[in-house]
Amino acid sequence: MGMQELTYLLQGLGWTLILTAMGFLGGIVFGVVVALMRVSSRPWLRYPAIAWIGLFQGTPLLMQLFVAYFGLPLLGFDVPAWAAVGFALTAHASAFLGEIWRGAIQAVPKGQTEAANALGLHARSRMFDVIVPQAFKLSLPATVGFLVQLLKGTSLAAIVGFIELARAGVIVSNQIYKPLVVFGVVGVMYFVICWPLSLYGRYLERRMSAGVSK
Amino acid sequence: MTLDFSVVANAWQALLYGVMGTMLLAVFGMALAMIIGVLGVAILRAQMRIPSFLVTAFVEIIRNTPFLVQIYFIFFALPLAGIRLNPTITAILALGLNGGAYAIEIIRGGVESISKGQTEAGLALGLHRGEVFRLIVLKPALKAIYPSLSSQFILLTLTTAICTSISAYELTSVGQRIEAETFRSFEVYFTLTMIYLVISLITMWALAAIGKRAFNYPDR
Repeated sequence: MGMQELTYLLQGLGWTLILTAMGFLGGIVFGVVVALMRVSSRPWLRYPAIAWIGLFQGTPLLMQLFVAYFGLPLLGFDVPAWAAVGFALTAHASAFLGEIWRGAIQAVPKGQTEAANALGLHARSRMFDVIVPQAFKLSLPATVGFLVQLLKGTSLAAIVGFIELARAGVIVSNQIYKPLVVFGVVGVMYFVICWPLSLYGRYLERRMSAGVSK
Repeated sequence: MTLDFSVVANAWQALLYGVMGTMLLAVFGMALAMIIGVLGVAILRAQMRIPSFLVTAFVEIIRNTPFLVQIYFIFFALPLAGIRLNPTITAILALGLNGGAYAIEIIRGGVESISKGQTEAGLALGLHRGEVFRLIVLKPALKAIYPSLSSQFILLTLTTAICTSISAYELTSVGQRIEAETFRSFEVYFTLTMIYLVISLITMWALAAIGKRAFNYPDR
């Protein structure tokens, strides 16, 4: 494998990172909405969030990509492939992050809510000044874990035909007939990015459980 | 642009076989994953340096690379090693290896939750190491980790969709064949999505029911 092929793979890696960033940032924005709807006491807010989470956790990401890829043009949105994939990843991430943050919000001790009520805080202030900051810290390990999942998940864009790292690997492998070398290198590239993130997530988790046991 | 689901409905038999293919991949993949999981944890607990390192490396590599890259790698690596398997068997192998890494993590967590005193008590009663592991460590640990293993099974079931990339026989590859014949891409994938949703809902419900029956004994 020469310099040219390696450059091609690195370009693919660039797209993998762009897709991950799109999905993650979009997922954060809409994930907050999903999480808040999910913990709402109003059924008309809560049930759509439950359905949204169930839909994305109960179907393969590959299908979500296909449906967005072929469905958006049907709805009149003639978007390029990267936008369709980014849209699907955003929706996917919003459901998973929403569920992670729902868990974190509900894991904040009930006394905090009661104390906020006793202090006469409004619902908004209770949520955003008292509960959310604590929930944010609780949710960090799982959020980092999901970031790794999402980065790996972007590889499925390859099956839809989008040229990111995995697809670039398939193309290079077909050109030079050395699949093991190429997929080995592609695997190493994913690993080099995902492993430090996983280690960081585990570090956060350990630090938190140390804090709890004190 | 009008939607036409009739071509998909006409292919219901093929889809049904696809569902069976998917379930087959998931069940055999999970069985292999459980074997790898238990073996991996047994090796880790033996506390020999090099085997433990190899298991840890396996877990980290699998968990930090995409399944798609893993399945391509295995698909191309086996023939070079002189092993010729059909794509479906290859897919089961890939699913088993992938699920195995996660199973090791889950089972290890469960085993570690069994206090050391239990093991010592078992040994003091004259049980063999193997018996202590099987009866005193494994069974209660299984109860503790059953929920995690259940969601891992659902995850594995959804992951089988990726096996279409090596043309294994399962629901997604069946769908892609229907798509190639009818050009009704959206209708096909929308239907597949709904079928997968039904599969995971039923599986979730069934696993919860099984768990209730199998682990219906007092904790202490």
